[in-house]
Amino acid sequence: MEFIAANDLDEALAAKAQHADAQLLAGGTDLMVEINLAHHRPTRVISLRRVEDLKDLSPGRIGAGVTWARLERNGHQGLAQAARTVGSPQIRAAGTIGGNVGMASPAGDGLPWIAAAEASIEVRSMERGARTIPWNEFFIGVKRTSLETDEIITAVVVPEDVPTAQEFAKVGARNAMVISTVSCIVMQGDDGVRVALGSVATTPMRATRAEEMINAESTISDSVLSEFARIVSREVRPITDHRSTEAYRRHASGVLARRLVERSLR
Amino acid sequence: MTTRITSGVKGGIGTSVLRPDGEPKVIGNFAYASDLSSENMLWGATLRSPHAHARLTKLDTAPALAMAGVRAVVTQDDVPGEPLFGQEEQDQPVLCDGTARYWGEPVAVVAAEDEETARRAAAAILVEWEPVAPVDDPDRAADEGSTFREMKIRRGDEAAMGSVVVEGFYETATQDQAPLGPEAGFAIPDGEGGLDLYLTSQWIHVDHRQIIACLDMEPDQIRCHPAGIGGAFGSREDISLHIHVAMLSLATGRPVKMVYDRSESFVGHVKRHPSRMWYRHEADDEGNLVKVTARLVFDGGAYAHTSRAVLANAAFFTVGAYRCDNVVVDAIAAKTNNPPCGAMRGFGAVQTCFGSEMQMDRLAEALDMDPLDIRRRNALAPGDPLATSGQIIEGSLPTLAVIDAVEAIPLPDPLDDDDPRLLPGGTGLTSPASSVVRGVGYAVGVKNLAFSEGFDDFAEARVVMTTAGVEVHTAAMEVGQGLVTVCQQIARTILGTDQVAVVWDDTSQIGSAGSTSASRQTQMTGGAVHAASVGLRDRIITEHEGDELREDGVYRNGDRVATIAEICANGPVEYHERFRHPETFEPDENGQGDVHAGLVVAAHRAVVDVDPELGLVRVIRVDTAQDVGKALNPQAITGQLEGGIMQGVGLAVMEQLVVDRGVIKNPTFTDYLIPTFVDAPDVETRIIEEGDHWGPFGAKGIGESPTISSTPAIVAAISNAIGKDLTRVPVLPEDIIGNAALEVAPLS
Repeated sequence: MEFIAANDLDEALAAKAQHADAQLLAGGTDLMVEINLAHHRPTRVISLRRVEDLKDLSPGRIGAGVTWARLERNGHQGLAQAARTVGSPQIRAAGTIGGNVGMASPAGDGLPWIAAAEASIEVRSMERGARTIPWNEFFIGVKRTSLETDEIITAVVVPEDVPTAQEFAKVGARNAMVISTVSCIVMQGDDGVRVALGSVATTPMRATRAEEMINAESTISDSVLSEFARIVSREVRPITDHRSTEAYRRHASGVLARRLVERSLR
Repeated sequence: MTTRITSGVKGGIGTSVLRPDGEPKVIGNFAYASDLSSENMLWGATLRSPHAHARLTKLDTAPALAMAGVRAVVTQDDVPGEPLFGQEEQDQPVLCDGTARYWGEPVAVVAAEDEETARRAAAAILVEWEPVAPVDDPDRAADEGSTFREMKIRRGDEAAMGSVVVEGFYETATQDQAPLGPEAGFAIPDGEGGLDLYLTSQWIHVDHRQIIACLDMEPDQIRCHPAGIGGAFGSREDISLHIHVAMLSLATGRPVKMVYDRSESFVGHVKRHPSRMWYRHEADDEGNLVKVTARLVFDGGAYAHTSRAVLANAAFFTVGAYRCDNVVVDAIAAKTNNPPCGAMRGFGAVQTCFGSEMQMDRLAEALDMDPLDIRRRNALAPGDPLATSGQIIEGSLPTLAVIDAVEAIPLPDPLDDDDPRLLPGGTGLTSPASSVVRGVGYAVGVKNLAFSEGFDDFAEARVVMTTAGVEVHTAAMEVGQGLVTVCQQIARTILGTDQVAVVWDDTSQIGSAGSTSASRQTQMTGGAVHAASVGLRDRIITEHEGDELREDGVYRNGDRVATIAEICANGPVEYHERFRHPETFEPDENGQGDVHAGLVVAAHRAVVDVDPELGLVRVIRVDTAQDVGKALNPQAITGQLEGGIMQGVGLAVMEQLVVDRGVIKNPTFTDYLIPTFVDAPDVETRIIEEGDHWGPFGAKGIGESPTISSTPAIVAAISNAIGKDLTRVPVLPEDIIGNAALEVAPLS
């Protein structure tokens, strides 16, 4: 295995341009598990750990190399809540949002927030420079993205008008350090309620029909919330696997969405 | 080579002396088996079956042997001696004998210059399989007579009837011991055709017996040494890589090291038997048990291991810590193509305690009685016959005392919503306080101490007086439980000196200590150390015509008559003891007889917060009152009680190996979940001291007891919170919510 430790973004982009098959390494919290389990044996690895250009964090732009530990303390509220649910303190100190985006696991804890925030993924290649891809064009399937082989994820770009009322919740099979069974985020802004969910489809998803329904109501009553929850449950597209069942994931999606609307109104 | 643990700490029995291995473990200086290495060392790796049941139609090791750095590939054809091994019944081939009978069964092992090459070489072996439909349903296996043991208990009047009857069907999942130290072994050739083996084990003498049989070697050619062990909980009672690493070292003439990684560990050791249990309890109008009828089906998996003994334990504790004169039990250990099962903390008593305690709660409900009152009314006490075997209980059994003591512990404060991470769902922030209900549940558990059913159960120890202090020699495995301090404390107390070192001998230097299992080493090896210390003390006092042994010599009427140097003038003085517990007997055809040497009882009270709508649970508190006989080291007891409860929490609410047609779907810590700090309840403990009829100073073993009734107490608490019977562990969200509530159609 060849190991390339890039010192800055240009070095990383040059290496990636030269080696399309090279595996990018940031925190290593997903990649090393894959390697240890022998699911994945990359022949070449480009480490991004020394690339300071990726570590900038501002409200409008979250560098790909920003760790969960930083987001837990300095991120947008919903993202901070999501960051707290990632692994253990050691994992959060190493794992990055860029890794989460790049792995594109349906269970990625940061991804529902990106969907609700209408954020975009900024990527860059040596040859073509930067481009910014809307989240729903970036995530295209289970662990599949529209990233080209010579590109590196550089940042998550957050619109200025992202609502400040954000509430996140995640159901797992234990009370901490667990892969999500269902995760959900609700934002309340000028355009109404936004709902995004994880682990209930091949990609992070917005519950658009539930959003339309609730945003058409003038007051949010109990019966409106019940109907809203029911539509979320019906709208998600989960599967049954060794972690949970389709039925439970539908149920929990609706319950979480409803509770988060209530929480964000408090 | 012997490992010597000395300790600067002082203290006899009844004090919480610190463990000499504690600090090295905390700061990372302790040498675990997986840390061993030597010059010129090779690494071993294992090729495993990808099928739960298949015929091996082709096995070609040539591609592996052709790889640079590969030094040997060993298959079943290379086994020089007995082709089969097993602790109770020799039924498992050392390596695949042409048929794979479980997923992950070892097929071939490779030795290479480095770990990565060894693994790649194992993967390079050419194998072809013809899959066969696996037998994965234990009930079907039982119906077809595919069993390791079928057992019946018939006591009293089969026609007896109670006025109140409750029936239930209960299931427990496959639990893994999940010790943090993986399986590891290190083999070093002695230059004369023999080997020194450093092993993770719970009983090196029984490993030794199996290893020499399969290698066709004389006992003195193979020496098994204890190595540093990171937990066991039953997983190391059976052979894993022991024979493989020995064969690779013999084949290459070089030291060989093998270490399983986490996923391999999940397939490389036996597990807790999953069970299906049907129960009928009958009582009179006052709540006195009249009759208990049960059918138990335990899935033993592909090979026997300790399934026979586990099943017997389960059956003998079908009724729990209660009197009942009429008992009918049919128990079966089925043989399937599922992962092999064997020992795990509680050893069969965990499963039946869950079933019987759920039944006691249902009976209380049917009678409109308090759950503790029905337990008190039927509580087993010394002099009573055990409900199943009918043996009269000797020694102490403070069932009423543990119930009263646990009830008297103050309940925790009401729901605290200051920190949302302490609510169900934890850091996931799923559950506002308004969505949470609280429940309280109790359970009582009883279990046998040491080996039962007529097994010749003994432990050897040798206590040696030297001018530098006392040495306690033993081959008992210290797996993390704290035997080292108990041995020191006992010897200090008897011999009047704090200068006591425990020396771990290999199999050529001392006889067996028996297994570090069955809650037995405090009583058995502790008993041997006690008896050897008494023997040594009396020998020295008699030799010097004194009346007392103190730290600095023998005294007579208060005057010293011999110094330690004078006692050891002709070299160290020693006393060897082979200690046995009271004799036990095989049960008759109806399961009757004096099958157990002693019993231990505990009670647990769990307090849980439940989010019924999402089916999430947080276990707030698990309090316990524990029968200990005599507390030799109170802090070590607290450690066992808290740790045992954590494994009980795991089985109650999260731990299960998901097995689909014989294949384990979650052999990682990503998906086999054990409790984290956030899941850990607070624990209040009460220690009940009523001396037992054997064992040092009346002490009892308490290694398993905390795991037995903690699980049903938690399930009872969840039931209490949601007002609904629960019948399987772990309790999953679906069990709490109910499947009907989950019905929702997708949008078209």
